[in-house]
Amino acid sequence: MWDFCTNALNTARLRGATYADVRLMHLRQRDLTTKNGQVGTLAQSESIGIGIRALANGAWGFASTDRLTREGLSACGAQAVSIAKASALAKRGDVEMVEEFTYIDSWQCPFRKDPFEIPLETQLALLLAADAEMRRVKGVTLTETGMQFRKIDSWFASSIGSRIHQRKMITGCGIAATSFKGDEIQKRSYPNSFGGQHSLEGYELVESLELLKHAGRVGEEATALHSAAQCPEKSGTLILGGSQLGLQIHESVGHPIELDRVLGQEANFAGTSFLTLDQLNKLRYGSDIVNVVADARLEHGPGLGTFAYDDEGVPAQCTDIIKDGQFRGYLSNRETAHLIGLKRSSGTMRTESWNRLPIIRMTNISLNPGTWGYDDLIADTDDGILMETNRSWSIDDRRYQFQFSTEIGWEIKGGKKTRMLKNPSYSGITTEFWNSCDAICSRDYWTLWGTPNCGKGQPMQTMGTGHGAAPARFRNVRIGSAFSNR
Amino acid sequence: MSPSRNSRKLSTGKTSASSPRLLPERELRRIIDTVLRLAKSTGADETEVHVDETADSLTRFANNAIHQNVAERGLNVSIRTVVDSRTARATTNRIDEDSLRASIEASLSLAHSQPKDPHLLPLPGRQRYRNVNRFVKDTAILMPEDRARAVRRACDLAIQNGQVAAGIFANSLHQSALGNSRGLFAAYRETHAEFSVTMQENPAASWAKANAASVSAFDPQKLAQRASEKAHMAIDARELPPGRYTVILEPAAVLDLVGFLFYDFAATALQDKRSCLNDRMGKQIFGKNISITDDAYHPLQLGAPFDGEGMPRQRVLLVDRGVPKNLVYARSSAKAAGKKPTGHGFALPNEYGEAPMNLVFADGDSSLEKMFASTDYGLLVTRLWYIREVDPYEKVMTGMTRDGLFLVEKGKVSSAVRNFRFNQSILEMLRNVELLGPAVRATGEESFEMVVPAMKVRDFHFSEVTKF
Repeated sequence: MWDFCTNALNTARLRGATYADVRLMHLRQRDLTTKNGQVGTLAQSESIGIGIRALANGAWGFASTDRLTREGLSACGAQAVSIAKASALAKRGDVEMVEEFTYIDSWQCPFRKDPFEIPLETQLALLLAADAEMRRVKGVTLTETGMQFRKIDSWFASSIGSRIHQRKMITGCGIAATSFKGDEIQKRSYPNSFGGQHSLEGYELVESLELLKHAGRVGEEATALHSAAQCPEKSGTLILGGSQLGLQIHESVGHPIELDRVLGQEANFAGTSFLTLDQLNKLRYGSDIVNVVADARLEHGPGLGTFAYDDEGVPAQCTDIIKDGQFRGYLSNRETAHLIGLKRSSGTMRTESWNRLPIIRMTNISLNPGTWGYDDLIADTDDGILMETNRSWSIDDRRYQFQFSTEIGWEIKGGKKTRMLKNPSYSGITTEFWNSCDAICSRDYWTLWGTPNCGKGQPMQTMGTGHGAAPARFRNVRIGSAFSNR
Repeated sequence: MSPSRNSRKLSTGKTSASSPRLLPERELRRIIDTVLRLAKSTGADETEVHVDETADSLTRFANNAIHQNVAERGLNVSIRTVVDSRTARATTNRIDEDSLRASIEASLSLAHSQPKDPHLLPLPGRQRYRNVNRFVKDTAILMPEDRARAVRRACDLAIQNGQVAAGIFANSLHQSALGNSRGLFAAYRETHAEFSVTMQENPAASWAKANAASVSAFDPQKLAQRASEKAHMAIDARELPPGRYTVILEPAAVLDLVGFLFYDFAATALQDKRSCLNDRMGKQIFGKNISITDDAYHPLQLGAPFDGEGMPRQRVLLVDRGVPKNLVYARSSAKAAGKKPTGHGFALPNEYGEAPMNLVFADGDSSLEKMFASTDYGLLVTRLWYIREVDPYEKVMTGMTRDGLFLVEKGKVSSAVRNFRFNQSILEMLRNVELLGPAVRATGEESFEMVVPAMKVRDFHFSEVTKF
């Protein structure tokens, strides 16, 4: 593989590139789903190719190909430089990059059981059994289950001499029951919506989820929601379950701290950010107990944002984003780091595949655990609503105003979880919301959730990100707004 | 359009490192024939092969300069085998015989691992297709230098107007071929050009976008000019209270909302009871001025004339004067419902069945000016953003306005307005349409392209306001 990389780099340099890097990637994926007791998708795929990024005449060009021949690589390297020279026709200055060391390394994420080695019959049997458990509940009208496995090998080489091989194993799994009755469609998912939990692990993730133990409850809650009370519209106390809080972090912290957005590079598509450069080290983002990090290191956990090196050859790091409520850091790359006074990239350049340009991406953006026990948090809440499992999410293009709805809610009265609520939702302004946080549960309740479907960039890239979170409480939140004025 | 005229002079007849090429159709047929030949000796009862090839190029600009500029070339071979009433798919981008053989084996191994499916249909035989021509040479030969010069002109306009430009200029070539062991063969190729621009005049912004098979179908500089003028209009936005407003939705805003309806017309969605049309077929649920057709052959549409199993796409009247009349069917959902397939199936195996992908809304004769003139107090919406489903049966969607929200008073645009969050049922919205404009090929960011008109809608529900 290194010969392919060297060939491509040499071509780029010969054609005039002052810097170049390449990512040769081999991606293997298996998807299994069931629906209503029948196998749905049963597919696997592999893709191998190379992407070449070249800096020439002070501007960037990128080309990719699946033709891994001497001719194919030479043509691709030449194309990358040719495109860079075309970019220079509309540049306003030369690209500058902060320095980085050279690395020769090989890394593999730890996993215990290779899911591609587990018999398909075993995997399907588990999904079909969970599917059957959910269908046992009267009133369930649609059952869905799924597993997804990805094995990604990447070989990174750069013209400064780095040679880095990484192997990642990603596993995802989840189940869902839907019930249509009268004029309502209600749904419950486990362990999370939109495909379940996803992490940098092997088949041990699937086994740890104990799907069969939860399938019956998922079906029962989906049908029970029809007769639950409507979530009220009011301003009040909100407790978010861990997975919903993970998505809240993703949308209202993770995206606004992407420095490419801040600098206007995503203005036409993903949007910009309210976190303008003058806010760094000045903005009170949240209350004193809010501490958020961007941590790609393995010691943070097996998240979808965990790696040893980013796709620009920069080692994984932990960066303070919010420290004791103060805004402290952005996600940067080698091109943007100097604009915020850094001498080094924070290591967040990531690519979906060999045919995509690496761009600034979330790694694991996590809310550090607090001190509360979960039962203590409920007992300490006199009047509030607990919301769990995301149903919809939306936020404006500068990341101020958001609205989320969840699959299920629970009324908290007098320190006890009481009746079920349907159609829960809440909304707010990002900094007001995080400043209203007054309790976060401890590490015992902290999970590193995986968001597998974060879209960004043009052409669109889908990336997995990690979000560690424990249940937390927020005061004076607008609740029920999605169903107001109906 | 003027930029492409210049570009043709630069590009015609030249071969450079940057010129995209597709394989001739006979090469795709050769790959399919190779797979079918190899599969014969593996124990597969039946085999289906998809070959997809793309050559995409995209120039991205921001802060009045190009900052990303990419090209991609790829070819995938996707193989579905059927054995003893079981089926599965394996896909590879390696086309040597060993790799293709390995993919056939992988597909068979997956297929063998599952229970028999008594409802699995045999592969379809040969079909006849309508000819569509959506491969335009001007788009195919557009070079990075051509895109860069057009981008430079848009950026120069921004600088001249004290603004900041961001956007993309892209062109792509795509072809696909499908063949199976019963002799079916279908092939299609198309080009695709797209220009999108956001002009920022702090703290405001506005946006314009177009795409088509032919790069000559739109003028990037006119789009930049329009976005620039609207960005200037959008400064000094005033805050209005949330509530119900009459809105004039430009086509991109209409598209990104109604686009969320498309899967509700899938027969499988109704069979699964996840469509908002369950218990509503044949009822007057929209206004009588709403008719929707799925028409892959409409002159403003793109896309292949066949579906994921190779069935010819049919033109289907989905909504007739406010009444949902028909659904689209893959072969399996058609058999379950006692209907004929309409050529809208996804590649098998899948759990979603089918969907209409070429929606065309019936239009009206009201220009935007006519809509303004009839509006005493309302809002003009350029574009919507981050739309998500809140209530799947009532089809309540939430999202934000973006890049140009304007107050219309006494027939004229009077000022810019801070962006709102909406929570609005699409069903209700399509009952409240007062005026329709001419249908155009609309493009946004939340839905695939459709042919839709601008709409004037009463009582559109905005629930909250943001800070800009």
